[in-house]
Amino acid sequence: MTGDIARPQLSLKVRLRFDRRTGRYLLLYPETGLELSRTATEIARLCTGEWTVDEIAQHLAQFHTEISPVEISRDVLDFLKTLAGRGLLQGLQ
Amino acid sequence: MNNEYRPYTLIAELTYRCPLRCPYCSNPIDYARHGAEIDTDTWLRVFHEAEALGVVQLSLTGGEPLLRNDLEQFIEKASKVELYTNLITSGIPLTFERLSRLQALGLNSVQLSIQSTRPSESDRIAGAPSFHRKLEAMQWVKSLELPLTMNVVLHRDNIGEIPELIALAERVSADRLELANVQYLGWALQNRSALLPTREQLERARTIAEHARGRLQGKMEVVFVTPDYYSVYPKSCMDGWGRRFIVVNPEGFALPCHLAHTIPGLHFENVRQCHLEEIWHHSSSFNQFRGDGWLPDPCRTCDRRTKDFGGCRCQAFHVTGNAGATDPACFLSPDHGRIESARSQASHLSGVPVMFEYRTGRGFSQA
Ligand code: SF4
Ligand code: SF4
Repeated sequence: MTGDIARPQLSLKVRLRFDRRTGRYLLLYPETGLELSRTATEIARLCTGEWTVDEIAQHLAQFHTEISPVEISRDVLDFLKTLAGRGLLQGLQ
Repeated sequence: MNNEYRPYTLIAELTYRCPLRCPYCSNPIDYARHGAEIDTDTWLRVFHEAEALGVVQLSLTGGEPLLRNDLEQFIEKASKVELYTNLITSGIPLTFERLSRLQALGLNSVQLSIQSTRPSESDRIAGAPSFHRKLEAMQWVKSLELPLTMNVVLHRDNIGEIPELIALAERVSADRLELANVQYLGWALQNRSALLPTREQLERARTIAEHARGRLQGKMEVVFVTPDYYSVYPKSCMDGWGRRFIVVNPEGFALPCHLAHTIPGLHFENVRQCHLEEIWHHSSSFNQFRGDGWLPDPCRTCDRRTKDFGGCRCQAFHVTGNAGATDPACFLSPDHGRIESARSQASHLSGVPVMFEYRTGRGFSQA
């Protein structure tokens, strides 16, 4: 599903907002939302349409040296799949 | 902070007034006799209190929310406190200018309901000429790049139109298509024998909807909500009574569910007098069916109790007379026979032209 996203970009309907109660970020979209983990928040922030999937993974790898690059790539892909499956990404071809 | 009982969504029913009169509407049957709507300042305070309590989603609904001419102020306020604001509307009365103004003030999404893909049928169900105006309104939503949910309430007369409904949703580029079967409460319960589809109709519709869901994944979300009357288990009651949602009705009563006031014996606080936080934590009606301490048999020992919370309290009351009973839609309920008999009645009636009992007293006189 994400193989065809060149440079993922959050869809216009999505709002990222800080949640004072949990200290996490929420990704809000019509009538519902997702509570994001810290990594998911970092990925979501990079979904601006400028970064490729690989670049996002590489960028995260710089800050998470404790996690293997393979694992990071997989996390990025999984999360992007979740977003794409819910129609929360644009830039699908 | 404990998030187990945290309201994420405030459903603000701004008015009971509506220019349409669909026979399955869940507005109170006697709404013309209800009290005055709460004023602008009270709503603004409620939005503020809701956000402080943890609410992040706001659904502006009714009746028809567009009939409030302070809607602009509500959306502006909601946006200031970072609520994600959804307008749930019939699309009437709306102009392109007003919609773009609402968007500029911070409106995030629009859900628009249609009755049928056939203009004359749609107008007949809605009780007023409206189809073409709805179509136009959906096009405005998309031309402003607002996310659009097309909502269709399904019943015996339009459930055969699923392919056309899907095609229409694609044509207007809806982001989401909600095919929800009528909930048989309020008006719809009175009209049940005319509305309930047969099992065959339902199965056919479900298959088509599932196929479309696969085909459109990632582009348009297709949601198909089965009527309780044909499911084995009941639907979850809004993620649990008093757990994720607060409804504030046009008169200011805070409710765990938009129909909770149809259950006699529950006491509801009014936002005119009480702070929302106090209501959320201390209202006897919010606490009455919270958690699982109150659950009857057979729910008490059932594994699904954390999923469906024993089902719908309103349905339990309206069908069995006891709001604390297991939802009769559940096949394990001792009262399930009543649902079964309504179902077999539906299979006998198929083919007979349906008759709706129309709502009268359209409430415009209050405007
Ligand atoms: S018995 Fe109660 S908890 Fe179990 S499925 Fe039925 S309604 Fe749900
Ligand atoms: S009681 Fe019934 S109508 Fe009310 S929220 Fe629960 S499921 Fe919905």
